[in-house]
Amino acid sequence: MNFMASKQPENSLLGPESDSQRTLYPYVTGTSVVALKYKDGILMAADMGGSYGSTLRYKNVERMKAIGKHSLLGASGEISDFQEILRYLDELILYDNMWDDGNSLGPKEVHNYLTRVMYNRRNKFNPLWNSLVLGGIKNGQKYLGTVSMIGVNFEDNHVATGFGNHLARPILRQEWHENLSFEDGVRLLEKCMRVLLYRDRSAINKLQIAKITEEGMTISQPYSLKTYWEFSAFENPTQGAVGSW
Amino acid sequence: MSSIGTGYDLSVTTFSPDGRVFQIEYAAKAVDNSGTVIGIKCKDGIVMGVEKLIASKMILPGSNRRIHSVHRHSGMAVAGLAADGRQIVARAKSEATNYQSGYGEPIPVKELAERVASYVHLCTLYWWLRPFGCGIILGGYDRDGPQLYMVEPSGISYRYFGAAIGKGKQAAKTEIEKLNLSEMTCREGVIEVAKIIYKVHDEAKDKAFELEMSWVCDESKQQHQKVPDELLEEAKAAARTALEEMDAD
Repeated sequence: MNFMASKQPENSLLGPESDSQRTLYPYVTGTSVVALKYKDGILMAADMGGSYGSTLRYKNVERMKAIGKHSLLGASGEISDFQEILRYLDELILYDNMWDDGNSLGPKEVHNYLTRVMYNRRNKFNPLWNSLVLGGIKNGQKYLGTVSMIGVNFEDNHVATGFGNHLARPILRQEWHENLSFEDGVRLLEKCMRVLLYRDRSAINKLQIAKITEEGMTISQPYSLKTYWEFSAFENPTQGAVGSW
Repeated sequence: MSSIGTGYDLSVTTFSPDGRVFQIEYAAKAVDNSGTVIGIKCKDGIVMGVEKLIASKMILPGSNRRIHSVHRHSGMAVAGLAADGRQIVARAKSEATNYQSGYGEPIPVKELAERVASYVHLCTLYWWLRPFGCGIILGGYDRDGPQLYMVEPSGISYRYFGAAIGKGKQAAKTEIEKLNLSEMTCREGVIEVAKIIYKVHDEAKDKAFELEMSWVCDESKQQHQKVPDELLEEAKAAARTALEEMDAD
C-alpha cells in the first residue's frame, strides 16, 4: 500500500498525475524574430538574448538554426522548448536523408510538420511555448511562414513574432516590396530591429542576421546596432520636475 | 560440408548429435543463393557494392534498394531474403536513433554491429521464431575511423577489411585479397568493387544484373550515401573494359 500517494477527489477535473509534466509558464525566453522575403531568398533577424523573467540572463543564445538544406527556423519564447523542437526536426531530417533518393524536405513541408506538432501539443494543454518563423527556398520557390504556440499558422512576405508584430510589421507593410536587394533587405531588417531595441525591454543590442538562398544558409557574426540617445528631451530629464527620477 | 540433418533440422532449438543447429545452416543457404554483396575498407572509408539480379525486365532500374543508410554515418548492404533484410534495417535504424537520442552522439559502428548481431541471434533462440535469411555487410565511419562488419544469420559478427557474401563470395574474396586496401582511396575502391562484381557475375546462370554501390568516406564528408552517378558510370565502364580484356586473351 502506497501511503505517500496523493489522492485526487473523485470529481476532480485534473488529469492523471503526469500533469506535473505540463507546461505552465515559460522560464528562459527569447524575444522577437523578424523575417522577410527578398530577391534571392529569405532574410531573418533575431537578437541573442535569453531572458529569465525580467533579467537579461543569457546573451549568447542562437535563436535561428538551419533545418536541412532548404529551411531556416527562428524561434521566440521558451528556449528549452526550441531546443526540443530542434531535436524533433533533427530526427525528421535524418529520416529524410536516409531515403537517399535525391529528394529532400522543403520549407513548406517543414512548416506543415511544425504546425501539426504545435497544434497537437496545444490540444493536450501542454504547449511548446514558442512562436516560430520558418523560411526557406527550394527550386526557386521562396517560402516564409510562422506558427504560434496555439497552432495558428500562416505564410506571408514578411513575418514577425511577439513585439515584432506590433513594432516591425507596420514598418514592413510600408516599406517592403518584391525583389528587395540583399543590402536593402538588411537595411530594412536593421530598421525594425533598432525600433525593437529602443522599445522592447527584453531586447539586447547583440543580433544576428541569417540569410537562406538556393546556395545554402549563412548566419552573420553577432553585431550591435548604432543607437542615438542625444535627444534634447533626454538631457536634464528632471528639469521640469525636480525630485523625480 | 552440407549434409541432410534428418530429424534434427525441424526446429532452431534442436542441436544435432555433432553440435550443429541445422535451421541456422539452412538460413545461411538462403544467403548463399542471393546476388553477391561486397564490402571493402579503404584508407579513407568504406565502399559497398551489390550485384542486384534482375528478376524481371519490367522492374524499374533504381528500384529495389539493397543498400540502406542506418544513420548519417553508416549503411548496410543486405544479401538473402529482402523482406527479412528490411526488418533488420528497421531495427538498426531504431537502435541508431535511440542511441543518438540518449547519448547525444552518433552510434559507434562497433556498438551498432553488436546490436544488429544480438537481434539476429535473438531469432535463433526460440522455436516460435525463425532465423533471418539474410547476411548483412555493415559499413560506417565514426571517431575511430572507417569500420566494416559482417553479420551472419547465426548472429555472428566480425570486423573485416574485406568481406563478401552471396553467390560469388568465394571468387570475390579471392579478388579482394589481391587488392592493396591500406593504400587505396575510396575513389579507387569504387572502381575495384565494380570490377570484382562484374567479374564474379555468372553470365550463364543469371542474366541481367544492376550494380548498386554506396560509400562512406572523407570525400562524402563521412556521410553514407550512394556513390555519385558520374563515378558509378566511370566504375561500370572500367569494369566492362576489364572484362573484355579478360575475355580477349
